[in-house]
Order: sequence, then structure tokens, then C-alpha cells
Amino acid sequence: MHPEKQKHTFEPKIIAFVCTWCTYAGADLAGTSRMQYPSNVRVLKFPCTGRIDPVFILKAFQQGADGVLVSGCHPGDCHYIAGNFHARRRFAVFRKLLEFVGVDLNRLQFSWVSAAEGGKWVEVVTDLTEKVRSMGPMTEFKELALEEQWSGTIDTPELQEAYNAI
Amino acid sequence: MSRIGVFICHCGENISRTVDVERVAQEIGRLPGVSFSTDYKYMCSDPGQNLLKNAIKEQKLTHVVVAACSPRMHEKTFRKAVEAAGLNPFLCEMANIREHCSWVHENREEATVKAIDIVGMMVERVKKNRVLPTITVPVTKRSLVIGGGIAGIQAALDIADCGHEVILVEREPSIGGHMAQLSETFPTLDCSQCIMTPKMVDVANHPKIKLYTYSEIERVEGYIGNFQVTIKKKARSVDEDKCTGCGVCITKCPQKKIPNKFDCNIGLRSAIYVPFPQAVPNTPVIDRDNCTKFKTGKCGVCQKVCGPGAVDFEQQDTLIVEAVGAIVVATGFDLYTIDEKPKGSPIKGYGEFGHGKIPDVIDGMTFERLASASGPTGGKILRPSDGKEPKQIVFIQCIGSRAREKGISYCSKVCCMYTAKHTMLYHHKVHDGQAYVFFMDARTPGKSYDEFWRRSIEEEEAVYIRGMVSRLYQKGDKVVVMGSDIAVGVQVEIEADMVVLATAIQPQKGADSLAQKLGISYDKYNFYSEAHAKLRPVECATAGIYLAGACQGPKDIPETVSQASAAAAKVMTLFSKDQLEREPIVARVREFGCVGCFACKKVCAYGAVEEKEIRDRQGNLVKTVAFVNPGVCAGCGTCQATCPSKCVELDGYTDEQVIAMIEAL
Ligand SMILES: Cc1cc2nc3c(=O)[nH]c(=O)nc-3n(C[C@H](O)[C@H](O)[C@H](O)COP(=O)(O)OP(=O)(O)OC[C@H]3O[C@@H](n4cnc5c(N)ncnc54)[C@H](O)[C@@H]3O)c2cc1C
Ligand code: SF4
Ligand code: SF4
Repeated sequence: MHPEKQKHTFEPKIIAFVCTWCTYAGADLAGTSRMQYPSNVRVLKFPCTGRIDPVFILKAFQQGADGVLVSGCHPGDCHYIAGNFHARRRFAVFRKLLEFVGVDLNRLQFSWVSAAEGGKWVEVVTDLTEKVRSMGPMTEFKELALEEQWSGTIDTPELQEAYNAI
Repeated sequence: MSRIGVFICHCGENISRTVDVERVAQEIGRLPGVSFSTDYKYMCSDPGQNLLKNAIKEQKLTHVVVAACSPRMHEKTFRKAVEAAGLNPFLCEMANIREHCSWVHENREEATVKAIDIVGMMVERVKKNRVLPTITVPVTKRSLVIGGGIAGIQAALDIADCGHEVILVEREPSIGGHMAQLSETFPTLDCSQCIMTPKMVDVANHPKIKLYTYSEIERVEGYIGNFQVTIKKKARSVDEDKCTGCGVCITKCPQKKIPNKFDCNIGLRSAIYVPFPQAVPNTPVIDRDNCTKFKTGKCGVCQKVCGPGAVDFEQQDTLIVEAVGAIVVATGFDLYTIDEKPKGSPIKGYGEFGHGKIPDVIDGMTFERLASASGPTGGKILRPSDGKEPKQIVFIQCIGSRAREKGISYCSKVCCMYTAKHTMLYHHKVHDGQAYVFFMDARTPGKSYDEFWRRSIEEEEAVYIRGMVSRLYQKGDKVVVMGSDIAVGVQVEIEADMVVLATAIQPQKGADSLAQKLGISYDKYNFYSEAHAKLRPVECATAGIYLAGACQGPKDIPETVSQASAAAAKVMTLFSKDQLEREPIVARVREFGCVGCFACKKVCAYGAVEEKEIRDRQGNLVKTVAFVNPGVCAGCGTCQATCPSKCVELDGYTDEQVIAMIEAL
């Protein structure tokens, strides 16, 4: 049933950002149905695609991801009414930006996978893995060391001062 | 420094068959911050959970990661266990190494490496987890029902019978809605008034129901358990407390030539009126647009004849504020007006069908009024133009419905059935008459529905013609119907005495503006959207608001009543507690950084973001910042990803947590 396992010289790292309600559940279904797909993907769960900040995608590439997948509920099915529409608009703009920066957009995939679409999850992950494998490693961003990172705490004197002023 | 405990589950052999669990436990044990790492055959079993609880106590663990199945399966189980051992439940995370790993990969080495990654990622995440307090909000155990059709009536009675107060708001002078207008009802042909009016009287007499008729919702504030609703009570010009409902004013009012909307404008009423004799409440209302006193200052007959002195020309609209914990929306439907394209609507009209131009082309509801024993013709089928009994009658189904090119693609669901009913009522009343029906499909799912439809053909001799009508026109005193019979492939032309159009069910007018006041979502037709099409069909996505009846989509009476009782049950579930507990996954604004751009407010579909003023000690306004109301926030996080100054944070999914996970990979 399963094709002869091939040995590849390059195993891409794929990071997937998915929403809890649709795609995460769809991936769970692929598991309960014992479907098989390449093990390259690592899944990060969010309540909604609306929560997915484009910064996370950049961060993933910096961190050595060769491909990134963002997947949520089908348009109109959002558990939070319209989060996926906001996500869709945000990422439409973000793709333009990435393209401008020179990132090959084939490395970044958006899809809608519902909680009933275990098969589609397998397809999307397998296709992206194969596509990125054929493209080779992503090198552009790894060289960019992260210079400044917002930590979410008031850790600089300037911030502390601003805070105290209120 | 954190002391993280990691527990790797074998899940019998489900995980350990493909993942080397011991190796995972070992490698994870070496990560900084991890002070305890072990594997166990069944973590979810009692001994497994005890292992977890004991380890928390003995090892003084500060955080916990359970690597096992999907969190959708057992997150609650383990968070409960952690809580029982004295830790905040939100300091426990699950790493999914079954559905996302052992079950979908065969290669043991690959699966083990992936499992280590997944667990490692959750370890880094849990380090950044914060103690989250359970959020509780008080519940006001009173409920608002908007719309007094059969849906609203049923919901109100069910809730009130459980002992909770209900505020029922109806826009028209009487409750009853469309069901009060129907003659007899499918599939049993029982008289609508006979089954409806007792329920209306029950509402009027129920000690727990406060009825506001001729009233509308002005404003809705607050959130689940704690809504403040402002109701506008329109001036009736008759004092409800004084009026005894004797009706002298109605008989004496000289202004009697006003088309009665309740009778689809074929009957007439006076300027001071009740829409129909069984109206609840039975208090008349003055139609100020048509009253001589209001138009010219003269007359005032009703005031003179009214014994208790109830007529009050000076009465004003009043605003009333009511506090409620739950809202049932039951605003029902309207019929598609086919004569012209409604203003500003993308939906095209059916001008070619002559409704509104040819007097003997009527809609289904008008036919109901003609057939009704209490209607303007006393139940005789008489056509509007000359009052003659139509001997040939044509019914046309799917007017507006299922016509994508006209702008409505849905099926109105009840027309096939009520048209079948109309052919029967017609045949019962006009024995020598002939009914024709143009239809596309007969859609009759429902208990005893198909049998009912067949009866109209087999026993009541209605002739069903499958095909569409292309044109209607007046010829002498006949209406010529031109159509095609696609079953035989011929053109048909019928000279009818009267034509009845089964027009589409649409949401009632103003459905969208009410939705905006309530903060609930609606589809492109203005039908209100349920939270989940299959599993949460009576709840809105906005917590504390429920749907009943045709405002959510076309429905017949049995379905409407079921949904209304279901909505009432949901309200009762909410009212069964004094305090409402909810997952503390809500957004919070870091006020010092917020610049008050309110980008978050624009994207929040729940209206959870409010504006908050920050003042210094002297009371001077420093700035206005965003504030997320934790009772309303649903926890989607869209605001956080939108905030340009990164000042909103969704608890449980903070940037810190996400970045830590990405960095772990
Ligand atoms: C011609 C025809 C024949 C039918 N025959 C049958 C039949 O034989 N058997 C059957 O099972 N079904 C039949 N139906 C369907 C039936 O009428 C509906 O299922 C039922 O009336 C739906 O009830 P409802 O309470 O949801 O809506 P409605 O009856 O429309 O009631 C809604 C109420 O809300 C009020 N309202 C609206 N907006 C507001 C607002 N903003 N504020 C306050 N109040 C508001 C309205 O005034 C109205 O009183 C028929 C329908 C039609 C059109
Ligand atoms: S005052 Fe108006 S409502 Fe009263 S009797 Fe005269 S016309 Fe009728
Ligand atoms: S998390 Fe979602 S629901 Fe909560 S305030 Fe932000 S946008 Fe609104």
C-alpha cells in the first residue's frame, strides 16, 4: 500500500499555523483515520487564523523553516464569525510584501481545511513538502540574525519611565 | 526557575509502537527547566493521573506537559488533574504525539524525532504560560424575547413556565405574527386561530410575562448574563390601563376606509383599530397617519364615546430600560414583494407577473385571508377585482425562491406545502372550480407531508404542471397565464380568474439594523446566523443570544416551535447557574502602550472592545485606550494580530508563547 520509502538527501522543515476548530481538527481526523503523510511538518495551534500574525511567518523562516503553511476554516465557516476573513486580507497584503522582499512565494502556502477534511490535510501537507523539497533549503532568512525582539515585558528604562508616567 | 514535569504516554501501543517513548522522555529530561520526565502506559487512566498528581506534589512541579493524544480529547482531563494537585490548570499543556505523529507516520526514527520536537515545543511554550484566573460573571435571570409570532410566544411561555420573568417585545399592536393570519394549517388542516389564540391568551395572562406590544428595540448594551435593553414603546394614543377593550371607539370612528394590513389590504379598518378581533392585547391603537383628529384637529369622536376615558391624543413614545440575562430573537419573516424591485436591494422584482398591477394576481398570504373564516370575505374565495368566485385558479410556486438570476438562491421551504393546502381549501370551497399549479419540484419532506401533497392531486384534483410561467397578462376579466409544461414539452396557456403567487420568504424588514443593535451576524439575505449549522443551531455566535423561528431561515410551524422550545431550553441552561464561568482565553489591552487607534475595535466581530478613558489624579483626560470586556470577548485573537502597536494580548496565546514555540523548532 505504501510506496517504497525513498531516501532523500534534503528533508525540509515545514511549520504549520492552524486554527483549532477546523484545520487542527482535520489533522486529528487524518490521525484517527490512520492516513500517512511526510513527517516534516510541525503544527502550531491557534484559536483562529485571525490570531496569526505575519510576524510569526517571518519568525518561522528565520528559525529555519523551509516552508510555512497557514490553514483555517473555509470562508464563511469561521468559528469566530469573521476571523478568517481578516486573516485572508492580512495575508494577501503580506504575500505582496514577501514577494517584494524576494521570498519565493511557493514556500508559503495558504489553505482551508475543515474538521471533516482529513484527506485534504494529508494532501496539502504532502504537496507542500514535496514542492519545498524540490526547491531546496531556504537560505535567505537564516542569515538574518534577529537584532531586536519585542519580549512583551517592560524591560527597558524608557518603557518603565513611560509606564510610570501614566 | 520553572520546574517542569513532562509525562509521555504510551497510549497502550498506539504511541509506543512508532515512537520510542523512553528516548523522548530522556531527551526532553535534558532540556533546561525540565525537572521531571517520565513515560507511562496510560496517562489518562486513574493510576496515570495519580502519577501526575503525586509528581506535582513530590517534585514541586510548576508546569506540566502531557505528551499523549490530541488536546481536543483530553486537555480537560489533565487540566482538572493538575488543578486537583494544586496548580493552576492553565499551567498544563498537551503535546499531541498520537493524532499528529504516531498514527500518521510509520518510520520509527522519523516519528521519534518529530515527537521530541513536538514535546520540546510545548515545553518552551508552557514556560511562558501564566496563571489564568477563571472568569465568572453574574447572571440576571430574566429574559428578553423579541418578536411575538409563534416562535416568540412559544419561547416566552416555556421560559416563563420555568419560573423566570420574560419581557416580550412585539413591533405590531398585537402578538400573533403570521400564524394568526393563516386560515388552516398543513399537514392536518386544523384552524390556525383555534390553536394559536389560546397561546396568545396564555401569554397575556401569564404572571411572569411582561408584554410590550407596539414597541421596538432601541438599544442593546452589555453581554451574556448582563444585558441592558432600551425599549421604545410607541404612543398608542390609548391608555392600556384604562381601556377595557369594549371597542365602542372602533364602531363609532367615522374614518373606516383604511386598508387593513392584517388582511393583506383587502379588508378595511377604522383609524382607531385592533388588527383582528382576537388581538392580544385587545387595546386599540390610533393610526395617527389616517386619523382625522391628528390630520385636521377635528373629530375626536372616540375620546367622547370612550367610557373609561382611555383615549389620549397627547400620549408620547416612551423609553423603558430592562435588565436581562439572555435574549431570544424571534422576529420571523416577511413575504417578498414582487411588483417592483425593492429600493436599494440587489434582488430583482417580478414586474412581468403583474402583482400590484393586475388586481386578481395575489400572494399566498392574501389567499390565506380570503380562505379564513374570520377574514374580510368570511371565508369565501372571492377575487379582489369584482368579488366573483374564481372558477379557474392558477397557483405559481417558487416566485423569488430558487431564482439565482433574481438574487435569491434558497428554497423558501413552506410554499410547496401551503400551495397544496391552498388547492385543497379552494376545492373545499369552490366545488366546481379547477386549480392548476405551476411548479419546479415538489419538496415535501416532513412527517405526513408527502401524503398531504399527494392528496391535493389524487383527491382534490389539482392539476400540477411542471414548468415555469413566462408571462401573465390581463385579457378582459381574465388573467392569461403563459407557461410551459416541461414534462410533455408543450406550451400551455390558461385563462384564469385568479392567480396566486407563492412568493419567497424573506427576513422581516429591518432585520439587519436589529442585528447590528444586538451584535449578531446575518447572512447576505439578512437571515440571522446560528453559531454552528449543525451542532449549535439555536445559538448565535454572540454569547447569550438565541434564535427561534423564521428569522433564522424559512421554516414551517412545527420546526419553528421546536426551535423556540430549544432556545428556551438554552436560556434555562444559562439560568441554571448564578455565576457564569468561562474559559479565561480572552484578550487584554496593555494600556500604557495603547495609542487609541481602535484598529482592534474595528476587527472584533463581537463588539468586545470598548473605549476607556484614562485620567490623571486631577481628573484630566490623559488618553483614550481600548478595553476588552472579558464577558464579551470570544478569544479569537484577531485584535492581537491586528494591533499595530502590539498592545493587545490574548491570554493563552501570547506572542511570547508563540515565539517560544517557533524558536524551539
Ligand atoms: C402563505 C403562508 C402559508 C403558511 N401556511 C403554513 C401552514 O399551513 N403550516 C405551517 O406549518 N406553516 C405555514 N406557514 C409558515 C408559518 O407562517 C411560519 O412557520 C411561522 O409563522 C413562523 O413563525 P415566526 O414566529 O418565526 O415568525 P412570524 O410569524 O413572522 O412572527 C414574527 C413576529 O415578530 C415581529 N417582529 C418582527 N420584527 C420585529 C422587531 N424588530 N421588533 C419586534 N417585533 C418584531 C413581527 O411583527 C411578528 O409578530 C405559512 C407561511 C405562509 C407565508
Ligand atoms: S379621533 Fe381619530 S381615531 Fe378617534 S374617532 Fe376620530 S378619526 Fe377615529
Ligand atoms: S480576541 Fe477576538 S473577540 Fe476578543 S476582543 Fe479580540 S477580536 Fe474581539
